[in-house]
Amino acid sequence: MDQTELTQIAPERPDDIKAVPVRRPGRWLGAFIVLVIAASIVRAVVTNKNFGWSVVGQYLFDHRIISGAIAVLYMTALAMVVGVILGTILAIMRLSPNPVLKTASWLYIWFFRGTPLLVQFVFWFNIKALFPHIDLGVPFGPSFIHADPNSVITVFGAAFLALSTNEGAYMAEVVRAGIISVPEGQSEAAASLGLNRLQIMRKVVLPQAMRVILPPTGNETISMLKNISIASVIGFAELYYQASDIYAQNYETIPLLIVASIWYLALTSIAYVGQYFLERKVGQGFSRSQQATMKERWLSLGAGGGGGLR
Amino acid sequence: MSDVMVKAEGVHKRFGANEVLKGITLTVDRGEVMCLLGPSGSGKSTFLRCINHLEKINSGRLSVDGELVGYREANGKLYELHERVVAQKRQEIGMVFQSFNLFPHMTALQNVTLAPTLVRRRGREEAERRACELLDRVGLKDKYHAHPVALSGGQQQRVAIARALAMDPKLMLFDEPTSALDPELVGEVLDVMRDLARSGMTMVVVTHEIGFAREVADTVVFMDGGVVVEAGSPAEVLGAPKHERTRSFLSKVL
Repeated sequence: MDQTELTQIAPERPDDIKAVPVRRPGRWLGAFIVLVIAASIVRAVVTNKNFGWSVVGQYLFDHRIISGAIAVLYMTALAMVVGVILGTILAIMRLSPNPVLKTASWLYIWFFRGTPLLVQFVFWFNIKALFPHIDLGVPFGPSFIHADPNSVITVFGAAFLALSTNEGAYMAEVVRAGIISVPEGQSEAAASLGLNRLQIMRKVVLPQAMRVILPPTGNETISMLKNISIASVIGFAELYYQASDIYAQNYETIPLLIVASIWYLALTSIAYVGQYFLERKVGQGFSRSQQATMKERWLSLGAGGGGGLR
Repeated sequence: MSDVMVKAEGVHKRFGANEVLKGITLTVDRGEVMCLLGPSGSGKSTFLRCINHLEKINSGRLSVDGELVGYREANGKLYELHERVVAQKRQEIGMVFQSFNLFPHMTALQNVTLAPTLVRRRGREEAERRACELLDRVGLKDKYHAHPVALSGGQQQRVAIARALAMDPKLMLFDEPTSALDPELVGEVLDVMRDLARSGMTMVVVTHEIGFAREVADTVVFMDGGVVVEAGSPAEVLGAPKHERTRSFLSKVL
């Protein structure tokens, strides 16, 4: 309909509605209770001497702590990249029509998801007990590459192998969920244009699957950040290892755990920011309106907020 | 060059125990527009999907432009074609789907240029120039950079037609192209298809739009239960149907 047509029917636009909003005492009461609880927690944390805030401040930027945090960040980035690549390959294998590839992928996922990460760390670290020599070549035939496991399986190497192979198994399921979430009509339309399987996967299916893949990948990244602390059992000098090393000498256990926790929170926050921007990027074309920004969401809390389903 | 574009002889297709096509025999000439009519479940969409090998036929022979679909015949034996060859052959057959199937993560222009740049290895500029021409032709001059979600159903289907035409196909398949559209939007898609038919494109159209079939089709084929019940000019099949089944179907849809 046309603007002019509308004005002809209703020449005078009535005033905007100014109604008295519904009183919601329950909301105020709820907010009050939560604030009281929060205040008492803050009071306990600030006044309790045992938290040792001065010690926390003293060690927060200690060079050992910083190097531990850098090790966590570095290892997460490295193992996550390899895990995502491995997971994508495993997911595609699992969805392939080839029964050998399918079964191999299933077995891999079954094994690495089914054993504790702690065991995998120790296992990789002790792999030289199982394979005193590393020879790469034809099975039962000649070998081409010889290596000493001691040179490959350093503490860092064992931690990296354990984390990335384990992550590959979890990411395989995440990527598979993403791929099967893309409607079959998309592949059919691409096939009818003459794209081959690889092109369909790369240009049509995976870019759309990313929308489903990203949120659980954020979860995985955050899990890994924290799971790296398990690698302290094989002596990997990450954040928790460094903190425990310090409190083993000065007995300031709680303050140093707080220091480590502050850094873990800071590192996971980085993952949040990365996820937010990546999700915005892959979400293009899936929603008519741009999603509400943080600011708009908080503003809508204050104003009315009675209507709608949420 | 033969004048026959699609030739089907005794084409059968089963899904498990369910036989969907029970011996389809028909030919589509170069430049011909054929409309396939029939109730749902009659096998018309399945037959259309067999033509570009989205479905494998179980028996019979099906060929496009003189070459078997999905197979190669030598010394009296059939050899399955490699996926790569199947993909190559599909480049020459455009297909338009009931649910549009536009790529939602790409703009209209990117949807149209994807296959020419990726499969035909055309330069970006050349592909974009051609894509703009095609989008202009289907009346979407101002929608180059819109994502599918921002387009109406009719606009999406017109982008899908432009996308198929960008590969310069020798044959266009339409699988109920207007069935998912609001009644108001059906006309704009049929207009584009009418223009395409006038330009001499060979088209096989599965449709419920009897009016379109009457006006545009050279041949109308009525299918039911996996067989061709009758085929002929629109005047014959729609004007004076010989079979009771055709008559009762037409009386319900008209």
